[in-house]
Amino acid sequence: MKPGVPLSLPAVRQQLDELLEVEYSFRDTAQPAAAIAALPAERQARLISWIRRIASTHVELGYQVACRGVAAQALMAPDDFEAWIFHSMDRYDAEGLRPALRVIEQYRQFAGQQQARSRGALLQEHEGVLSHFLRGLSGRPLKLSAADTIHTDSETLFLPPLLAGLPTPGQNFQLYKVTCALLWAQIRFGSFRPLLSLNAPDPGLLALYHAMELLRLKACLRRALPGLHRQLEQICQALGEAALPAEWTGLLARLETPETQATDVLVLARQQLGRLTPYPSTGQPIILDLEAVRTCMQVRIEKERARFKVALNSLLEELPGNVREKRPSRFTKQREEDPSVPEGFRVEILLDDMPAPLPDEVQALQRSILLDLGEIPDDYLQPAGPGDYDSALLRDPTRDADDVWRGSYHEEGAHLYDEWDFQRRHYRKNWCAVREREITPLYDDFAARTLAKHHGLVKHLRKTFEAMRHENRLLKRQPEGDGVDIDALVEALADAHLGFEMTERLLTRMQRNERNIAVVFMVDMSGSTKGWINDAERESLLLLCEALQSLGDRYAIYGFSGMTRKRCELFHIKHFEEPYSELIRGRISAIEPQDYTRMGFAIRHLSRVLQQTEAKTRLLITLSDGKPDDYDGYRGQYGIEDTRRALIEARRGGIHPYCITIDEQARDYLPHLYGPAAYSVVDDVRALPLKVSDIYRRLTR
Amino acid sequence: MRTFRLDEYRIEDEPYYQPTGDEIELFEAAYRNQLPLLLKGPTGCGKTRFMEYMAWWLKRPLITVSCHDDLTASDLVGRYLIKGGETSWIDGPLTQAVKAGGICYLDEIVEARKDTMVVIHPLADDRRVLPIEKLGTLIEADPEFAIAISYNPGYQSVLKDLKQSTRQRFVALEFNYPGAALEGEIVMRESGLDRELAGRLVKFAGMTRNLKGSGLEEGASTRLLVHAAKLMVAGVNPVSACQGAIAQALTDDPEMLASVNELSSSLF
Ligand SMILES: Nc1ncnc2c1ncn2[C@@H]1O[C@H](COP(=O)(O)OP(=O)(O)O)[C@@H](O)[C@H]1O
Ligand SMILES: [Mg+2]
Repeated sequence: MKPGVPLSLPAVRQQLDELLEVEYSFRDTAQPAAAIAALPAERQARLISWIRRIASTHVELGYQVACRGVAAQALMAPDDFEAWIFHSMDRYDAEGLRPALRVIEQYRQFAGQQQARSRGALLQEHEGVLSHFLRGLSGRPLKLSAADTIHTDSETLFLPPLLAGLPTPGQNFQLYKVTCALLWAQIRFGSFRPLLSLNAPDPGLLALYHAMELLRLKACLRRALPGLHRQLEQICQALGEAALPAEWTGLLARLETPETQATDVLVLARQQLGRLTPYPSTGQPIILDLEAVRTCMQVRIEKERARFKVALNSLLEELPGNVREKRPSRFTKQREEDPSVPEGFRVEILLDDMPAPLPDEVQALQRSILLDLGEIPDDYLQPAGPGDYDSALLRDPTRDADDVWRGSYHEEGAHLYDEWDFQRRHYRKNWCAVREREITPLYDDFAARTLAKHHGLVKHLRKTFEAMRHENRLLKRQPEGDGVDIDALVEALADAHLGFEMTERLLTRMQRNERNIAVVFMVDMSGSTKGWINDAERESLLLLCEALQSLGDRYAIYGFSGMTRKRCELFHIKHFEEPYSELIRGRISAIEPQDYTRMGFAIRHLSRVLQQTEAKTRLLITLSDGKPDDYDGYRGQYGIEDTRRALIEARRGGIHPYCITIDEQARDYLPHLYGPAAYSVVDDVRALPLKVSDIYRRLTR
Repeated sequence: MRTFRLDEYRIEDEPYYQPTGDEIELFEAAYRNQLPLLLKGPTGCGKTRFMEYMAWWLKRPLITVSCHDDLTASDLVGRYLIKGGETSWIDGPLTQAVKAGGICYLDEIVEARKDTMVVIHPLADDRRVLPIEKLGTLIEADPEFAIAISYNPGYQSVLKDLKQSTRQRFVALEFNYPGAALEGEIVMRESGLDRELAGRLVKFAGMTRNLKGSGLEEGASTRLLVHAAKLMVAGVNPVSACQGAIAQALTDDPEMLASVNELSSSLF
């Protein structure tokens, strides 16, 4: 296509028909094709390339973009347009087709929000910081979740996905933070406790109670977190919050004294019902969803009661038999005044009048119970056997608690790794789903053929590698050491006789030359390695294994490839513990080109693998044929920067990364990734088998 | 290597140590019975200070060796040296303590090379002898000699775990961060910070300790609190002091740093 000349209608139509698989569907491309054909060349090409990209995620998404793209383009700057498509793809990744389609349909709304976004703060982007923040504030982990209203059920804080009520992103983030703190305060300072036992409460009463509670909670925050309270005031001011109505100010003193508890506020609300009305708040209000709170708390209270009683029971069972026989043991509790906690006291559990040695998780349970109930009820101190309860009550269905409360999507059986987004200058949290996969070994004549072909080289490598094996070495003529160097001493005495000054380098010292090395080879299995390169890689690995046999370094081999962040794969060829064998040769033979070259996840995962093995020196050697590249935007600078980031993380963890590549253009980007001295470019693919072993030898001698 | 003069290792002035339990009595009883000691606990919770205090209290010289992965048995026991044409043997710190009845404290023992255990074991059971292979001799420990080692069980590495055969020889003392009130006292005493701010620092420490295991490997230690407090006394504003002395020491992760800084700015 010549630049500047747009495609004709039939040409556009033909392209759309192909991309959108019109042959097998009833999609009608006449209308979108007409609109697209009327575009100037550059916009046309851009739109079609977007359609191609999103159609590869799902054809229907591609079709919808074809239908709405022209209008959407007119409405949005290129960056926003791109964000719109990515947003839809993310939705697809996380929730499926329907929500993704909705994003495409609602492009007008998206365009509007996009403007708010530039000054607003996104929950998704700050979720990590906010969760840690909340975790730091309290012992009990709290989840964050996007919702239309602001409230909490006592376990999850529901917040709008975007806050843009204030002029800058920084202020809007602060708004998230102080809102989180207020929701946390409802839990921490017991706002829900008096509501648990209310029978069909009057909505007016609830609303009044809630408004009063917020005033009490702000005072609690001022005492507990003065810095945060200051920020809260600043935010309220920036939001233009009106002064408290005059009829409320009389109550303020009561609500703000430290002694006032939630129950007192409920009494107060009853008194004032009909006299006072909740004042309107500016900005989005925190609401009280009593049903949600009750359901959530009831489930948790029942669960924790069971767990606590069972835990006490196992504590008894662990007592030595002779103690148990003597007398029945008894749990009691003791209150200790402690003005630093909201309740004003701590509860210590005693076992036969001595502090009971509660394990950490039971202490956490106790804290959580105290948070819900404000005390440890007496009946909780009666131990109960696990048989007394439904096992579902005692154990959570999901193992990995961390992933569950982290929110967003959850990937069964995958390791999740962050990925660096250089434009956001921020990690995308748990972005890549990484799985280790097995390779079915292929028992063909590959190994025999390769060994025969490189017969001379193999012998040579074995010899050179053997020579590196030297174990402990006795260093002579040392100024410090463990033994006397007789040769040096004799010479020195002779020198002394002749009137020369006598040297002090007369000792021997054992230098421990333990080759304490662990190395992981990370082999590019992307589609581009097909053919020659794949052959050369397999041959290289085989020769390397042969050579390493005589050296005794611990090594592991993994292949890597990826197809979007949802399918990042590491193919296990050899673990550290596995001996080199027929099986390993079979796996090497079976290495086959797969998909794309996503690199960051592989470096991160294999760094972790390396960290878990003990060695003095840890090496991560990548064998590759080109730049990082994956089709969901992992091209160009994005992929390079993520890879670079992953390498920085690895080095920080004490790993030495090194790269061997056959990409002639690699000199342009490898120094940026690996530094000037940690890569080699092998110009001739056929030389790879020799070079890999040779480079390894040089690196570790 | 230089020669030790044990007198330099005597502690003349009473170190400030705030007991958190019955560790002083336990240590003294173990010492009187010639039992070796194992101090367990996270870094910066007062183990070294405790050893200084006990050495002062018992009026023994204290020789502290910080172990690292190049530390060999020879570094502890001694080696040959040439001086003015003469070969001489120089005792290492452990040998000196053994001979002179000092207290030898091996900090972070799991970091040392495995061969160091070979010389420690016979000292840590009722033989109380130190074999010096190079000289072919066996030294009997002075009755006042004591050995103590420290170990951080929170350090998550299977390989850096203390072997049963080692740990079973020692009387263990468990150290942990002191309770809020005591920790506040320590911070005040060590830095001169006022009670109000010291209390908030301790609260901040609690917040970071809540994050242990969910993003942080360790929460802030008492040592880090003392550092921050000293900066604050020198006029640094509290939020910057927490950021420099505590947050940056705990993590490099930008997101975690942001969270920890939000926590400290909430408190001050
Ligand atoms: N119980 C304590 N009494 C006095 N100071 C303490 C105590 N615990 C911690 N510290 C302070 O913390 C700092 C670090 O303690 P240190 O003994 O070096 O820790 P560790 O040896 O456990 O790593 C000390 O210098 C001191 O300022
Ligand atoms: Mg120390």
